[in-house]
Amino acid sequence: MNTRGLRSQLKDSVPVTGLCPQAGSYGVQDSLRRGFSSVKNELLPSHPLELSEKNFQLNQDKMNFNTLRNIQGLHAPLKLQMEYRAARQIQRLPFLPSSNLALDTLRGSDDSIGFEDILNDPVQSELMGDPHIMTEYKLGVL
Amino acid sequence: MLNTSTKTLTGGFSFENTRRNAVLEANLSEKGYSAPNARKTGTTIAGLIFKDGVILGADTRATDDMVVADKNCMKIHYIAPKIYCCGAGVAADAEVTTQMMSSNVELHSLSTGRPPLVAMVTRQLKQMLFRYQGHIGSSLIVGGVDINGPQLYSIYPHGSYDKLPFLTMGTVTFSLPPFFEQTQSEQNLEEAKQLVRDAITAGIFCDLGSGSNVDLCVITEKTVDYLRAYDQPVQKGLREGTYRYKPGTTAVLTKTVTPLTLDVVDESVQVMDTE
Repeated sequence: MNTRGLRSQLKDSVPVTGLCPQAGSYGVQDSLRRGFSSVKNELLPSHPLELSEKNFQLNQDKMNFNTLRNIQGLHAPLKLQMEYRAARQIQRLPFLPSSNLALDTLRGSDDSIGFEDILNDPVQSELMGDPHIMTEYKLGVL
Repeated sequence: MLNTSTKTLTGGFSFENTRRNAVLEANLSEKGYSAPNARKTGTTIAGLIFKDGVILGADTRATDDMVVADKNCMKIHYIAPKIYCCGAGVAADAEVTTQMMSSNVELHSLSTGRPPLVAMVTRQLKQMLFRYQGHIGSSLIVGGVDINGPQLYSIYPHGSYDKLPFLTMGTVTFSLPPFFEQTQSEQNLEEAKQLVRDAITAGIFCDLGSGSNVDLCVITEKTVDYLRAYDQPVQKGLREGTYRYKPGTTAVLTKTVTPLTLDVVDESVQVMDTE
């Protein structure tokens, strides 16, 4: 259940942007795709739901782990988080979409359908990152 | 170049265009125009628990501001074999919400191995609507029969819900309850059907946003009867006379003929594959 207010989320998740926040490809301001730049655009969310949706899964997990800690003690969430961390590492190459099957099974989201499965499915996205750049970035070579 | 290419993709709602839309709306309203609105179902929906089960009723008109967008839309949606849901509010939201809920309910009942409970459907719906803080504008009446008997719940767009023996929602929420307050829950099927039909007809006549036919859905423990167009209180009138003008009504004053001379510029033959 979504019980955290939006105010507290605003303070926690202000993104730290570089010198040119509106940069697209080639590092210059990309007015066509990102619009005109303004300080307000960078700090405030454009839609009331934007922040709460971005952090929804994170908040759910935090709440569940807290409850579990209060009921069963520290070790229960610790062990579960270790399993989550292990399952999160099972990924394909960085530019290919991963199924995250183990993570979904652990979380229990493999038998529920939400908007994240219907809208904007990453498998059907029309854009793909450049394979070389993405693998070099992941390996830290870049 | 790094920022865009190394971002991991996630599904769900994308808020990329909200700023652009806000700027567009502000510009349009300066010039006096308004942005297009979502199609709503200005609706009359009602539900009633009777002796053996639940009856859900709805009208069939979908409006787009002041224009009727759909004369015969289906507002009673299937969720599970014995659970149906009427949707009011934004038509697309109600449709997609109930379809997603139907899939979720199927997955859940496959996972538990038991037929679904109406309370489970209500809980999932209200949690989802609360998550989106009312931006998904659909009010729903969920009714069905499960192991605990016939039940009826109403869910508002922000996520609150109500469990009552009779329910009305939509644009006539406040004028229909008097119909139902005189009922007893021990009515038999025919009386209950008549009562819901009367209530929906009252909504159709008294509210501009509701119209066309009355749909009923009767759910009992043994059967489900989806009576589409159970009643058509508003019949289209017959035209009494013809409105065509007789040939020769308008006198011809002058007539000029200008022949267009056309030259053949290019001639090409394309053979069709007729076999």
